[in-house]
This record gives sequence, structure tokens and C-alpha cells, in this order.
Amino acid sequence: MSDSQRAEARAARDVHKETLVSPAAPLGLVALAGPGDPEPTLVVEDGRVVELDGRTAAEFDVIDRFIAAHGVDLEAAAEAMALPELELARRLVDVDQPRSELVRLSRGLTPARLARVIALLDPVEMMFALKKLRARRRPANQAHVTNRKENPALLAADAAEAAARGFAEVETTVGVARYAPLNAVAILVGSQIGRPGVITQCSVEERRNLQLGIQGLTTYSETLSVYGTERCFVDGDDTPWSKAFLASAYASRGIKVRFTSGAGAEALMGHAEGCSMLYLEARCLCAIRAAGSQGVQNGGISTVALAMALPAGTREILAENLLAAWLDLEVASGNDAISSHSQIRKTAKLMGQFLPGTDFVTSGYSVMPRYDNVFGGGNYDADDVDDWLTLQRDWQVDGGIEPLAEADATRIREQAARAIQAVFAELGFPGITDEEVELATTGYDSRDLPDRDRAADVLAGDRVLNEGISGLDVALALDRTGYSEAAEAVLGMQRLRVGADYLQTSAIVGPSFEVDSAVNNPNEYEGPGTGYRLEGERWKLLQRVPGELDPAVFAVEDGRGPRLVSLGEAAAGGPEDEVVIAVGPAFLDGMRETIGGLPHEAVIAALADGVRAAGGRPRIVRIRRTSDVAFIGHDGARLSGSRVAVGLQSKGTAVIHRADLEPLDNLELFGMAPLLTLESYKAIGGNAAAYALGRPASPVPTEIDNYARAKLIVRTVLMHASETEAVERDAPPLDLALELQG
Amino acid sequence: MVDGDPRSEYPLGTRRPDLVRTPSGLALSELTLDALRTGSISPADVRATPETLRRQSAIARAAGRTQLAENLERAAELAGVPDDIILDIYTALRPGRSTAEELEAWAVRLESELDARGVATFVREAREAYEARGLFARDAS
Repeated sequence: MSDSQRAEARAARDVHKETLVSPAAPLGLVALAGPGDPEPTLVVEDGRVVELDGRTAAEFDVIDRFIAAHGVDLEAAAEAMALPELELARRLVDVDQPRSELVRLSRGLTPARLARVIALLDPVEMMFALKKLRARRRPANQAHVTNRKENPALLAADAAEAAARGFAEVETTVGVARYAPLNAVAILVGSQIGRPGVITQCSVEERRNLQLGIQGLTTYSETLSVYGTERCFVDGDDTPWSKAFLASAYASRGIKVRFTSGAGAEALMGHAEGCSMLYLEARCLCAIRAAGSQGVQNGGISTVALAMALPAGTREILAENLLAAWLDLEVASGNDAISSHSQIRKTAKLMGQFLPGTDFVTSGYSVMPRYDNVFGGGNYDADDVDDWLTLQRDWQVDGGIEPLAEADATRIREQAARAIQAVFAELGFPGITDEEVELATTGYDSRDLPDRDRAADVLAGDRVLNEGISGLDVALALDRTGYSEAAEAVLGMQRLRVGADYLQTSAIVGPSFEVDSAVNNPNEYEGPGTGYRLEGERWKLLQRVPGELDPAVFAVEDGRGPRLVSLGEAAAGGPEDEVVIAVGPAFLDGMRETIGGLPHEAVIAALADGVRAAGGRPRIVRIRRTSDVAFIGHDGARLSGSRVAVGLQSKGTAVIHRADLEPLDNLELFGMAPLLTLESYKAIGGNAAAYALGRPASPVPTEIDNYARAKLIVRTVLMHASETEAVERDAPPLDLALELQG
Repeated sequence: MVDGDPRSEYPLGTRRPDLVRTPSGLALSELTLDALRTGSISPADVRATPETLRRQSAIARAAGRTQLAENLERAAELAGVPDDIILDIYTALRPGRSTAEELEAWAVRLESELDARGVATFVREAREAYEARGLFARDAS
């Protein structure tokens, strides 16, 4: 218990659910620039690297050896290593330095030097450099599609929605390894129904993973993990050579590959060797490029929360993404695993990748609700989609997700669930019921779906591998069951493997199977007016978020309903107990209710009741020359026999005014129109009468809602615009009578 | 891009489909649903040929991506190697799986039997590194 209630309230905030830790270099708990990081050195003799970052060839571990053999471009090395670190850092943010030149220099730098140069940049500089160095011209995004029941109809429906929402890649995985083939088939079918050309993967153990690719059930893989120390690499049951061989093996089967690395893995495995996360990641990235990978997913990934527990951890993660881009690798920039309990912190972290744009802004956006994310949560999920879309709209930034109307989503989901139902039947797999199809289409998550016979399902999964059921068989099954378009798309995915164009850096595939990569569409950003910008049709598309208001929404006038009828021009003066209720130009004449949804006639009635109850005599007047509540009220007061009036705008804002006051002064002002009730209007009428009759009045209590402005500012503007449009500058005020029949 | 730059042929699938063939010699335009229905396409047809992978390698090299190009050249060599052998070589290269002799045997087989000289060199490089770092299988087996 704390003595301070404020401290106690802060302690209960989400940000305190996580553990932040002070740096401990010996454990690898240091983000950038650890005391154990070596001095950058590079010694080349007879065309061979004989010293790398303080180690001689005899001292090289397996990673040093691999980088020395394949990861340093000796033609660029002498020049690049001779450049001062600050000079290199400055070039990274120099708009006139072309990407190609920066990439050339990166090839001659050692891991320690690369890490040090990047560490000189502050977050905004890193973002700018990342924008410059991204490989592909246009950013994209990757989706995660899984569910806890491994229900194929739900997998297909989610994959279809992911594809229709514009994700360029869809990744699934398994809870139970033997499900892998079925899950791969489900997202292959689903994705091609959502949008042809979307590439898919099923993340499982390497041998099985490769097998699925060989059978044409998947088209890419990012399971190739790399670590920054030899002990971790070996504990991961690989070496740089085995991983590089695997990469070539995938490529030989026409399967796109990216590697995986990221801060914190070494510390988690207990072999960080006292080095900083960024330096170890620099080693990973140099090894990845040396292996000939076209790209990497990095930026914390599954250990993101560990990096973020450290000072500058978020900055380190961005530094990793930037370093990968500098090394000319495709970057799928994390943001997939849950990074924080705090929504503020999580989104602040996201901006590092979201605003500059990366090849894949997330390495897996959870298209389904968090419960069903078998990858371990999902940093952003189905429930966050509209937030994401709104962020894109706010910043005019393309984060790779497109709006999708609910009806379209439902249609596509159902079609995909039906298609996989047909494919399962055609291939003799355990049946998918109509109920499953229906609930996969409309349910929230897999808890809404019935349980399947899992024993039978995994046997079917075994059949896929044993019988070599291939992508062609899936295409044929779709064709035979009447899904010829989907069959064509699945066949298109097979054809893609023949041309192998999507093995080039940062490749994604469009709906007509046109490949978009860093070869044919490289990022050539060199400052304002260049590079990819969200504009034109794409910008229009990304603006249309669900719930967007049409500004014309208040322009309704059908001449029906209650009206205020003119009794002629209003003159000044009347009985001493008279209280004028002065309404704005559009009140019950073009507009019908207040911003709080109260009908205008009810508001008038409540004000008049209040005036009468307090002994006053109400008189309704329309002020036509202005839409400003102060002037409406003041004009009303000048007409009023008591010299007191209530001014009332159509949106409901009210003021009690007196003729001897300056127009912008008042007796009482009620600016929080959305919170005013009919009771409040009655009380306002009562107070106005009390002022008129010279009796004491205690101000009408009003509620305060600090969110009212955020919630209603748009409606306020639109309603005020309607009122202002109704202004007639030279028109005199009118006396009015309320007529209830329309 | 200058004339003769392999990048001008990219993407092969859309710009130069005439250069692309399946392992059994079919053109991309022959990989149709009709052909699938009549059973004239097999899974072996929907793979890149060594030649196509070499073209992609040349494209990567022209784009300044030397290591990616080398990877694609190794891929070209492996394109004709049967799946089970690929998986066996991968396993052999994992730490603690092979002796120096076993890796050398794979290297010999790769260059003599499988026509994969680049991969053979790569395996020998691994053997040297594993030797230096004690990553061979324990003799106890």
C-alpha cells in the first residue's frame, strides 16, 4: 500500500504489469553498445579476412568464419571501414545519398562497425533512414491465421479475409504438429479465394516445413532462425552452413525464404557472451546476408518484450530493422508478438516501423481474435483492425491493410469455408459440416465452432504427406467441385514456382500474379516528391474506414414534423415578465434535433415550461442574421420585455443573456450541449425567468464530459455549418409559434 | 538498366515467359486447368529448372546481390537432386551429426554424382569450420 492515492492508481496501470529491468551486460541485458561489444576491426590478407572485430582467424567462431567467408565485400571494405562512424551515420540520413550507394558501403562493414554506426542515430533519424533504405517501393503486411481448434473452415475463412484485406502474405502454424498439412491446405484455399497471388506458409519444424513447400502447399518460409553467438546457434540445432544449405534447398523448390533473428534470443538462451542485443543482431544479419537470404524477419519477434524491458529497448528494435534494410535485406519488421500490456507503449513502439514503412510492417498481424492466435497472442488482432485503419488514415500512411465492408467480409469468408468443405470432401478428408461453415463465417472465434474429430483429422494430415497430395491436387479438387476461379488461382501459385521470380528480394505477388519486388519496383526514395507516397486511388481506398460520417448527413429537409410558424417580424418590447426564447436560423427549419439527440420541439417546450413555472411569460423568436449563440441570445434580450432572453442554437448550445451586457458576456452559458437534458432546459428557462423578475437564481448545474469534444467535434462542426448556411444577414427577427402537426 | 542487363527480363514469368520451361519442357502457358484435368501436369512440372534458377541468379547479381546470386546458384545445382537426399544433406550439416569423413563423402557425391560443385565446395567449407569448432558427431557413436 502506498501513502499516495495517485501513486496507487499509477501502480495499477497496464504498464506496470510488465517487468522493466536495469541493464546487466554480463547477461546480455543491454540494448545497444554493451561493454562486451568488440572494437570494429577488419584485416584482409591475400584476399582473405584474417581478423574480424578483434578476433583473429584462429579465434573465429562458426559465425565469424561464415561472415569472413561470405559476408564481407572486400571491394567495398577498405573504403567503408576507413570512413568515420559519424560520417557513415550522417550519410544514412542524407537525402542526397542514394540507397544503392549506402548499400554498397554496408557490404564492406563488419558487424561491430554496423552496430556502432546505427547506434549513433536517434529514433527519428532511424525512421528517416529506414524509409530511405526499405528495399521494395511499396510497404506491405503479413497476416497470421491460426485457431485453437485447428478448424479448417475457420482457417480458410480467416485466410480469405486476410487476403481480401490486402495482406500480401499469410502465415499459419499448428498446435499439434500433425495438423500442419491440413492447415497449409486450408490457408492455401482460403487465401486464393480472398485474393489470388497471396503467398502462404505453415511454420513448423524444418523438415516438415520443407516437405509442405515441396508439395506445393506453401509458397514461402520464414522459419530459418539465426543467432548471434555460436552456442545459441548450436543449441538451435543448426550452423550457418546448415541454414544456408536449407535456404538453397527451399529456393531449389521454388519457395521464397526469409530468415528470422532478433534481439534478446541469445540472452534468453543464456549465451549472450556479455554483448549488446544490437551487436549480436548485427552478427545475425551479416550471417543472413552471407547465406544469400533475400530477407529477414527481425525486430525482437518472440523476444520483443525482453528488449523492451531495457532502457532504449524500443530504439534497439528499430535499429535492428534499419540495419537489415541497410544490408539490402527484405524486412518483415516484427510487431507480431505481444510487446506490451500498455496500449500506449505498444502503439508508440509500432510507429517506428509504421511511419517509415517496411517491406512487411508486421511479421504477422493476427486476423483472428487474440484467443485463437497460436503464435502466442498477437500484438494486433481482429479487434484492432479499425484502429489500424484509422492510424493509416490519420497519418496518410500505407500500413498494408485495406478496409473491407462487413458484407464483403462475410461473403468471402463463407465462400472460403464452403470451398474448403468441398476440397475436404473431394479428397476424402473428414467432413466439414454446414454448421462449421456457417459459424466459421459469422462466429467470433473457434470457441463458437463445434469440436472436430481430431484423431481423424491428423490421420488425414498424415495422408497428405504419405500420398504426396500436392497443390495440383488441391487445384483439381477445387475445379471438380465447381470452384474453378479458386482452382485457377491455386494453379497460378504453382506456376509461380516455375518462373521463380518471387525468389528475388522483397517479392510479393499481385492479383494477376505479377511479381512486385525490389528488382522491378525498388525503393528509390530521395526526399519529398520521390518514392512511394500514399495518394490517388489507394489513398482514397484507405480513407474509407468503417463508420466514417458523410458530411451531408444533416442536410435533411422533408418538410414533415413539427414546425415553427412565423407570426411576422419581431419588435422590441413587451410585458416586463416576458422572457424571449431566441432560436437560431436553422432551428426546426432544416434541422430537427440537438447534438444530444433531443427533438427541437421538446427543447422549446421545456424552456417555455421552465419560464412559466418560474412566473415568466415565454415568447419564441427566430434570429436570422447570425448563427453565433452569444449574438442570438443578445439579440433576443434586446427584443425581450424583461431585457432577458435565452439564446438557443440548433445544436442545443444555450445562453441566458441580458440586453445591457456586452454580446460576448452572459448571465449563464451552457456550452456542453450534448449533456443537456430536457430537465436542464427547463431549469435554464426557470433561471431566465428569475433574472427577468429580479429574483436570485443559483446557476443551473451542468455535467462535464472531457471526451465530449473528441466524440462530437465533427458533429458540432457539421451542425454549426448547417446553421450558418441558413443565416440571412439582413433578415429581421421573426416571432414564432410552435405548430406540432407536420 | 542497360541493354544486356538481365534485370530487363524480370519478371521472367510476365516479361519473358518464352525463356521459362518446366522440368519436363512445358511452357508456362501450357500449365492450364485443362491440362490439369487431362492429367498432363504432374507435381514435377511445377518446379523451377536449374536454368531458370540460374537466370534468377544472374538477375540478383546484376542487382548487386552477390550472396543471393550464389544462393540461387546453389539452388540451381540442387534443383535436380531428389528430395530425400536434400533432407539427408541438411541433416548431415546440422551440428554434431556427421564426422569429417561423412561430410567429405557428401561433398564427393555432390560433385561427382549430383553435378553440384558449388554445393560440394560449400559442404567442404562447413567441414573445415566444424573441424575448427568441434561440431562433428562425437566419436562415441
